[in-house]
Amino acid sequence: MRYPPAIDETDRERLQRTWEPETGFLGWLKAVNHKSVGKRYIATALVFFLAGGLEAGMMRMQLARPENTLLGPDRYNQIFSMHGTTMMFLFAVPIMTAFGIYLVPLMIGARNIAYPRLNALGYWVFLLGGLFLYSFFFLDSGPDAGWTSYVPLAGPQFGYGKRIDVWAQLVTYTEIAALIAALEMVMTVLKMRAPGMTFSRMPLMVWAQFITAGMVMFAMPAVATGSIMLGADRLIATQFFNPAEGGDVLLWQHLFWFFGHPEVYIIFIPALGMVSQIVTTFSRRPVFGYPVMVAALLTTGFVGFGLWVHHMFATSVHLLSQSFFTAASTMIAIPTGVQIFCWLATIWLGRPVWRTPMLFVAGFIAVFVIGGLSGVMLASTAFDTQATDTYFVVAHLHYVLLGGSVLPLIGAIHYWYPKATGRLMSEGLGRLSFWLLFVGVNVTFFPMHILGLRGMTRRIYTYPAAMDWGSLNLLSSLG
Amino acid sequence: MRRVLLTQALCLGASACVAFDRQSALDPAGPQSASIYRLGVGMVVVAALVYVVVVAVLLAIVRRRTPPEDVRSPAREARARRTIVISVGATVAILFVLLVFDLGVARALMHDDARPAVAITLTGRQWWWDVEYEDSIPQNRVRDANEIHVPVGQPVRIKLVSHDVIHSFWVPNIAGKKDLIPGHEDEIRLRVDRAGVYRGQCAEFCGIEHAKMALLVVAQPPGEFAAWLAHQRAAAAPPSDSLAARGRFVFESAPCATCHTVAGTAAAGRVGPDLSHIGSRRTLAAGTRANTRGNLAGWIVDPQTLKPGAQMPAHPLAPADLRALVAYLESLR
Repeated sequence: MRYPPAIDETDRERLQRTWEPETGFLGWLKAVNHKSVGKRYIATALVFFLAGGLEAGMMRMQLARPENTLLGPDRYNQIFSMHGTTMMFLFAVPIMTAFGIYLVPLMIGARNIAYPRLNALGYWVFLLGGLFLYSFFFLDSGPDAGWTSYVPLAGPQFGYGKRIDVWAQLVTYTEIAALIAALEMVMTVLKMRAPGMTFSRMPLMVWAQFITAGMVMFAMPAVATGSIMLGADRLIATQFFNPAEGGDVLLWQHLFWFFGHPEVYIIFIPALGMVSQIVTTFSRRPVFGYPVMVAALLTTGFVGFGLWVHHMFATSVHLLSQSFFTAASTMIAIPTGVQIFCWLATIWLGRPVWRTPMLFVAGFIAVFVIGGLSGVMLASTAFDTQATDTYFVVAHLHYVLLGGSVLPLIGAIHYWYPKATGRLMSEGLGRLSFWLLFVGVNVTFFPMHILGLRGMTRRIYTYPAAMDWGSLNLLSSLG
Repeated sequence: MRRVLLTQALCLGASACVAFDRQSALDPAGPQSASIYRLGVGMVVVAALVYVVVVAVLLAIVRRRTPPEDVRSPAREARARRTIVISVGATVAILFVLLVFDLGVARALMHDDARPAVAITLTGRQWWWDVEYEDSIPQNRVRDANEIHVPVGQPVRIKLVSHDVIHSFWVPNIAGKKDLIPGHEDEIRLRVDRAGVYRGQCAEFCGIEHAKMALLVVAQPPGEFAAWLAHQRAAAAPPSDSLAARGRFVFESAPCATCHTVAGTAAAGRVGPDLSHIGSRRTLAAGTRANTRGNLAGWIVDPQTLKPGAQMPAHPLAPADLRALVAYLESLR
């Protein structure tokens, strides 16, 4: 039976002329196709990853020896603040967002992401935010109160100059970009799936991105509110955080961490989606227990909003309240554990091919689980009062972020690079990079568990020789 | 169990050393830190076992040589489902037991109703610790800085107040940390069961010199502590020789009195630490340097080199004046 053509020639040409990307530099700037925007988002985020890495390198060089004089206190404080801010706001969330922008429309059979021009705007706002932050950093006016900017240190009385205003502004830029991407992701998945693709047929990567987008929409407003209040306190003499005038210092911590804890799951859950896709392909069978995997992602996303006070166990929040968060922080290990068991089952049941992406999945399991275990330890209020704000937490957070997000991310880059460019990445270099990273992460961060329990606090630009922390710090720096 | 005391000594740029027990949560000297240490050891053991199992399974899977024929075999999937259910069950059980222990220890640490033998108010300031020993009689209150004396084996209550930004009081050998938050007064109760000197430091980023805001806790037998406290209540010793007398004159005429107090003299500034008994303190600049003549002289003349950003300005003094001043301050034991 002959069907009429779906579209006639004149219409096709008109559509082609309307939708084909413009040529030239301006055309390149004006791109709204999700693959173009996604690629430039990824490239930009990787540049910020490099910047954050250089900042980390400087910190480790300063801390390699006791009483080192490479960096003075002011410079060091700006650098550690920039490191955290860059990694969390300019690298980790944007790159996960970017992978979603690139892959989700392809995976659900949509022509483009919802609101393509808004998507492009989101990218430019993100880029502008990063350039803004770094310009001020190079002018000696970068944030210097950590990526968390606790008040009153970051407030009008103690936060000198424009440094914290720069930080608050950066948060606003990146949070707008994240909200834009989240909105699009939710709409794309809700309304633009190919006919016949029910929710229970979506790839796990799409589920992960969808859930993450929902989390962004709930979490980002908290930090947006907080940073606006902080900016207002600093610039127009409101008193939100000033106890002398009826404000509350702890309000900042609650607002920030209500965002801050889901933020780390916003960074982690897309990586779980990536791992599912890699495991599917390289085990040559679908992931075992699809409904349970979806339930685990949903549970992690929901329960992730009930953990935030575990960042505040040393404050005056009442122990009874803290205990609720101990329970939630302990229990959230369960859905992630379930996922790991299902992946292991998938690989066991399947016929695995151990190319680079799968190496990164194995590395992810080996590294992330250490972070997960130290996290369960930190969930205990009593233990946390010894370990919080020390290098034990620095070790934990890097194990979960590097193991749980960066390793899957690099595996994903190897996995989807051929899709994006038509060429395979070098398998030899991939293996080399995996082993370097795996060994490096462990040598750098494992000693920090010990340093923290032996009394080394965070965010210190130097330490006395007498503390006997020198050799572990040197080992860490070499890693 | 014989415990080998690991001591460290603050010997930076000084000929004299200040010995203190190694600053560590792994060497508890009191019931609070001991209870946390036991919990921590238990958790590490369980965590290590779990990790070994996970890695063993991972390695077994990676190293398997004969892949299955049928990737979707129902029998194997059923076995996998059972294994996962058992593993999840074990995980939930382990986590639940851990949670019960966590909450138990936390509750035990909180319910400390013993009547404190000593009540101290600790005010955190950028970047030093203002210590005040409370007493119902105002004249008996003692003000000190960066060093807390406590009697061994007796409960101590420390009220935690912040003068400016958030700080955190942490002496790992003794107890977990507690923040000093402006607008939220809190307290910590602790007990030291082993005599010695324990180092702690501020554990919440508080600005440019957060790294150099340490303090010492000196645990003494109760008799020694009582004698020390009684001595501290006395006013500063009058200068015993002409050099010290000249030093006192320099102290009172230089800007020192604007910020510092020496009980019994005209100096009554409260911006900086109380210096009435500075001669008997072990360290200077919040644990940054040992308290020696050389270090003290250097600190007075140029604090910014040692601790850039500290709130104490430089005081270029004539050498003879400086020598006299240092002699006077060292005589204030």
